[in-house]
Amino acid sequence: MSEATSVPAAGPFEPRIVAFLCNWCSYTASDLAGTARMKYAPNVRIIRVMCSGRVDPTFVLKAFALGADGVLIAGCHPGDCHYQIQNFKTMRRQAMMKYFLETMGLEDARLRLVWASAAEGQYLAESIDQLVADVRKLGPLSWPRNWEENGDRLAALEAIVHEHAEAMEVPV
Amino acid sequence: MKPRDQNLRIGVYVCHCGTNIAGVVDVEALTEFAQKLEGVVLARQYKYMCSDPGQELIKRDIVQHNLNRIVVAACSPSLHEPTFRRAAEDAGLNRFLVQIANIREQVSWVTEDHAGALTKAQAHVAAAVRRVAGHEALERQFVSIAPRALVVGAGIAGIQAALTLADAGKEVILVEREPSIGGHMAMFDKTFPTLDCAACILTPKMTAIKNHPKITLLTYSEVESVKGAVGNYHVKIHRRARYVQEDACVGCMQCIDACVFPKPKFPNEFDQGLALRKPVYVPFPQAVPPVPVIDPKTCLQLSQGKCKRSCVEACGERTAIDFHQKDWIEEYDVGAIVVTTGFRAFDAAKIPYYGYGQYPNVYTALEVERLLNAAGPTGGKVVLRDGSTPKRVGIVHCVGSRDQKYHTYCSRVCCMYSLKMAHLVREKTGAEVYNCYIDMRAPGKGFEEFYNRVQNEGVHFIRGKVADIAPATAGNGNGGLVMHVDDTLLGRLREIPVDMVILSVALEARADAVDVRRMFGISCCSVGFFLEKHPKLAPVSTANDGVFVAGACQGAKDIPDTVAQADAAAARALVLMDAGQIELEPNTAWIDEDACSGCKTCISLCPYEAITADEERKVSTVFPALCKGCGTCVAACPSGAAHQYLFTDRQIDDELEGILSYV
Repeated sequence: MSEATSVPAAGPFEPRIVAFLCNWCSYTASDLAGTARMKYAPNVRIIRVMCSGRVDPTFVLKAFALGADGVLIAGCHPGDCHYQIQNFKTMRRQAMMKYFLETMGLEDARLRLVWASAAEGQYLAESIDQLVADVRKLGPLSWPRNWEENGDRLAALEAIVHEHAEAMEVPV
Repeated sequence: MKPRDQNLRIGVYVCHCGTNIAGVVDVEALTEFAQKLEGVVLARQYKYMCSDPGQELIKRDIVQHNLNRIVVAACSPSLHEPTFRRAAEDAGLNRFLVQIANIREQVSWVTEDHAGALTKAQAHVAAAVRRVAGHEALERQFVSIAPRALVVGAGIAGIQAALTLADAGKEVILVEREPSIGGHMAMFDKTFPTLDCAACILTPKMTAIKNHPKITLLTYSEVESVKGAVGNYHVKIHRRARYVQEDACVGCMQCIDACVFPKPKFPNEFDQGLALRKPVYVPFPQAVPPVPVIDPKTCLQLSQGKCKRSCVEACGERTAIDFHQKDWIEEYDVGAIVVTTGFRAFDAAKIPYYGYGQYPNVYTALEVERLLNAAGPTGGKVVLRDGSTPKRVGIVHCVGSRDQKYHTYCSRVCCMYSLKMAHLVREKTGAEVYNCYIDMRAPGKGFEEFYNRVQNEGVHFIRGKVADIAPATAGNGNGGLVMHVDDTLLGRLREIPVDMVILSVALEARADAVDVRRMFGISCCSVGFFLEKHPKLAPVSTANDGVFVAGACQGAKDIPDTVAQADAAAARALVLMDAGQIELEPNTAWIDEDACSGCKTCISLCPYEAITADEERKVSTVFPALCKGCGTCVAACPSGAAHQYLFTDRQIDDELEGILSYV
């Protein structure tokens, strides 16, 4: 891990959420939430990508590895993707990510995919609040420590990749 | 750690945005924080970074302090990223070495807790600083714009936009689904508040469309597909067979007279079914083009294959009638698109207690527009279904609007068109007219004056929502209808006996608005109207560059607003076409051929066919002109060979590290 790995702050647990928002719908929705002065939990950190399809599964892994307690991916509604059909690929990828994160001992609620149109600032704000509340219940992820304590997890991950190489379109 | 540029000289600028940011985020602490970040040589704060002095500050520092990266912590990049990029470029720095941290829309405006806001702002600034360190200088990209526009929908919005574009010398392809242009406005009798005759002001424009050398009018046609991108859209237009050749027909209408059906027999859609037409017909007398259309469902020749074809005989040497005509596709390349597909009137039958469809003398406003119209089914007479003249007429406002069960929004035009109808019905029949309204909304130019005028004419106004409409009984009427309304000014329930009810129905998004907006890459608001790029600053632009919207497809509005918006959309399209080129964000994908394994995963993921396989060298190649920069292939490349400019793996990784280092 890089030196960027954070040390959990003292005091009550505050979930750290990374949100990948697509430029056209969800990022616009988050701007709209701002313009309309809707309030939501400050625990979320937003990263703009052009399309939810740009969210490489390694970004999600990296977010968790660097200390995120939850990850939100938001895109345009199915059928409304600015790039026609790329959010369907996100949807497929989400199922894959859920599967291997679960196998690695990560609770389902920590990774969430939502569709928020450019007009749905309120919905996006509510989704963020919901994720923060759900992750707060789960408590800290502490993956960086897990990795250090239990090297088997890396092996487990590799085994999964090999087992599902075809489905994941990965040459082995 | 990845090697970093040893000569990083980053400048960070924290904007107060008046009190918009500074009122919530401790800008002093944020600036101090930024100062300590790796690579930052100076961090400053200023009241309004986007102002001229703010930009000058950045320019001066770039020169004096030799800055090679800029981070601005301010509003959303969708607002001022271009501003700060330009400032950097003016000072000799590549414009893509700038990164925005959005601490207004995504921090100060959405966070109540000041401490939490500061932490979040710090994380975003840290992320931007880390990210910009890995930015590289890029070249600006431009595409040329084909000087031809497509206008979709030829109601008043489309007509206005097409004429403005064509008068400015641009070629226009105007597509209309119906057999004639004119849209809803052509159905109206008079227009509020001036009471100009709708036909008198609309038909000259319709004729101008037909005669304009720069306009190609395609009626009875629909856009089937749109491919390409801003500047170079390729559209396929489905042209439906009307069985009368437009170029051969002279509009004499003799075929209609000659049709074997001696009398009109089938409901005319344009007249809301109140009048009948023959299988060969024009929807209304001033139709443009003045070419009949043959309905294949009711024409004997087309539906049963046998008819004596008296229409063909009547057409004679002109041989315009062609029963063998088939639908066909025409293709056009256009630089800009104006979508003006209009609205649909709310279906009043959805509200059972108003009895539309149940009681014959309950009408929708659109039906009454046709009754009022001199070219309509009754020649302009307002009569009941039995032909008698109504003596007491009730007008129900807000049918389907401002109603929790249907549309919660206000349709904006109904109060005014209800007043217009009250005036016209009273003028034509002398009937007592009762307008039942929730609130009277008359905010336009001359609207309040018109309201006063109609009040003085003796129309009765009852403030209250109509509870229901029921048949009159012996006790409360004379065989007509009764409106039950809670009069909120008198504070009691009233029963108003009437013999005619007009339902002022809402304007709503068209049934196929979803298909239309998806085809053109437009978003919609929560009630289905097309979404503009910015409600105040980009009211006719959309999320899709080169596609503009105008008229009631974007939201309920009246004719003056529609015409103004149509001209605005035409002007934006002209700006694009006259500039001749548009700058694109250089965020396309590219493939590192040395790393590419030739697995072709990327190819199957690209909806634009922008990636091709070089079979000989076993590598994939991205064709930049076709790539729209979604980055999906980059995320999926198993070899890490695909990259996206402005969104490289490294830049996003850096952003992640930055964000998670300082929370």
